[in-house]
Amino acid sequence: MAGKTLYDKIWDAHLVHEDADGTSLLYIDRHLVHEVTSPQAFEGLRMAGRTVRKPGNTIAVPDHNVPTWEDRAKGIEDEQSRIQVEALDTNARDFGIHYYPVSDVRQGIVHIIGPEQGWTLPGMTVVCGDSHTATHGAFGALAHGIGTSEVEHVLATQTLIQSKSRNMKVEVTGTLPEHVTAKDIVLNIIARTGTAGGTGYVIEYCGEAIRALSMEGRMTICNMAIEGGARAGLIAPDQTTFDYVEGRPHAPKGAQWEAALNWWRTLYSDDDAHWDKVVTLKAEEIEPTVTWGTSPEDALPISASVPDPDDFQGGKRDAAKRALDYMGLTPGTRLADIEIDTVFLGSCTNGRIEDLRAAAAILKGKRIKEGLRAMVVPGSGLVRAQAEEEGLADIFRAAGFEWRMAGCSMCLGMNPDQLAPGERCAATSNRNFEGRQGRGGRTHLMSPAMAAAAAVTGRLTDVRALSEPAPEPA
Amino acid sequence: MDKFTTLHGIAAPLPLINVDTDMIIPKQFLKTIKREGLGVNLFDEMRYDDDGREKPDFVLNRPAYRDAEILIAGENFGCGSSREHAPWAIKDFGIRCIVAPSYADIFFNNCFKNGILPVVLPPEQVDRLMDEAGKGSNARLTVDLENQEITTPSGEKIPFDVDPFRKHCLIEGLDDIGLTLERASAIESFEAEAAQSRPWV
Repeated sequence: MAGKTLYDKIWDAHLVHEDADGTSLLYIDRHLVHEVTSPQAFEGLRMAGRTVRKPGNTIAVPDHNVPTWEDRAKGIEDEQSRIQVEALDTNARDFGIHYYPVSDVRQGIVHIIGPEQGWTLPGMTVVCGDSHTATHGAFGALAHGIGTSEVEHVLATQTLIQSKSRNMKVEVTGTLPEHVTAKDIVLNIIARTGTAGGTGYVIEYCGEAIRALSMEGRMTICNMAIEGGARAGLIAPDQTTFDYVEGRPHAPKGAQWEAALNWWRTLYSDDDAHWDKVVTLKAEEIEPTVTWGTSPEDALPISASVPDPDDFQGGKRDAAKRALDYMGLTPGTRLADIEIDTVFLGSCTNGRIEDLRAAAAILKGKRIKEGLRAMVVPGSGLVRAQAEEEGLADIFRAAGFEWRMAGCSMCLGMNPDQLAPGERCAATSNRNFEGRQGRGGRTHLMSPAMAAAAAVTGRLTDVRALSEPAPEPA
Repeated sequence: MDKFTTLHGIAAPLPLINVDTDMIIPKQFLKTIKREGLGVNLFDEMRYDDDGREKPDFVLNRPAYRDAEILIAGENFGCGSSREHAPWAIKDFGIRCIVAPSYADIFFNNCFKNGILPVVLPPEQVDRLMDEAGKGSNARLTVDLENQEITTPSGEKIPFDVDPFRKHCLIEGLDDIGLTLERASAIESFEAEAAQSRPWV
């Protein structure tokens, strides 16, 4: 019998019931909740007279709607946003679930605070009414987004009705060149497989370049699994994972920590496991990467030029034409010549401390291009506090960046942080869809270091050209 | 949940690939705490200009398709966010069936939870239906879930596959939570065992 993949192992450990046709009932260990996709689910519970089955394993935080300016304690101006956040306040209280209100220093983007607080642990099943739940897969947890009907289902039953996905392995061999980051890896993976390449699969990311990443980098990779069509991305837990988890507020302690470690060390794909699809990339061949279009698969090295729609086949040709029209770009323009208006540094993809460090390293002692709007939005109140302690906030402020409070901010434009029509943004977030950051807004996705470089020059820029050359050895 | 058995209706052609959830229902309409009322903002940015006026050439604004109940679309329909507001908006507009070569996973799943049937067909068959749909309101399609076939105006029958469990739930209009709660004892045993084997969870 073939061995098991990591996905197989986690699946098997959470299977409550399986029908003959494969329809399965899967147990859910952690349920993360935010204000946008949950009100109708709580309303459904009330109407049916149901309760939350495991309030202790359910964690809620407002993030999508919250303003990120510093005096937000005054409240939310937009009435609908305020109602949604107030609904979460009420639901969290009424159903007795863990809650981090806007006023709590631990508040932040749900996918940042789950790991930060130790709610996310290896081998767990984690769901949230948000497609970027895949982020938690970085810990070797089976984590994926669900719709509001499923949010209600998990609240009521602590399970999900699922069919098993297929197994896909994405291996990144070798060592990343300098200034090439996790974000560049994942953009290149999506460019290779397409935004639907992972549909129906759970992806496990492996290989030397993945193993060498920090937990922050691994979260960036898994976060964008959904942009490649996969509901979940996984990375097998290892010492890097255990070191990150140990000592966090909700991580196991003492004898339970030892017991957990014993199990976590068995969570890897067996050598003889079956893979339905395998994709391999060489880390050495990856360059700093940016997107040019309106799909995350529209990614190219910064050294490239805007493609010609006629270079594509079938439906993609029309899609590329439409994308260039929306983006206001002409085929053949060098990507490095594209001028930007705005820089957004943050999101569940790249709003962690390491991302802020990488950007600050480029910005130190420099100023952003005059006339540019630039903001940095830490992913949580604790990331913000740490960045202030490390002096990063001072670097950002001195460079001309706005230093914001935690939230989803300009990643999705549900709060006051939005692009104006035609405004072009270098963004560290995850989606460059039409209208994503604001109606008519134009998004170029990239790493934090690349976004910082763009802030300095005012155009898309190869960070390698901007950073100081290494001193000659004496 | 509303039952889905047979649907005879106008099909609107939307020949775009990678139609994402931000296109289906932009984020400013996600602030509702209700499931209803989103149909007017379905495909908002394609459907209305900056002043909120209808763009006359967008398919759902054309007289023939204003009452469309079926949507024919390109591959990877519904990619992006997990927002169930996307199927809510589609259903609130009056569309109960989508036909496309492929869908994003979460969107596909969300459709079934809301009484919408997402049919998967090979690209060449979707292209043929796209042509049929192009003929306007005289070209009504019949979608028969029980027999798993779509009948074109010319009488041609196109069979499709659907997961048996999901088909059953759609035809009967079953509530997933009610079904799962029938397995409460299995969930309790699982929890009791997990409390021993993974007490840290």
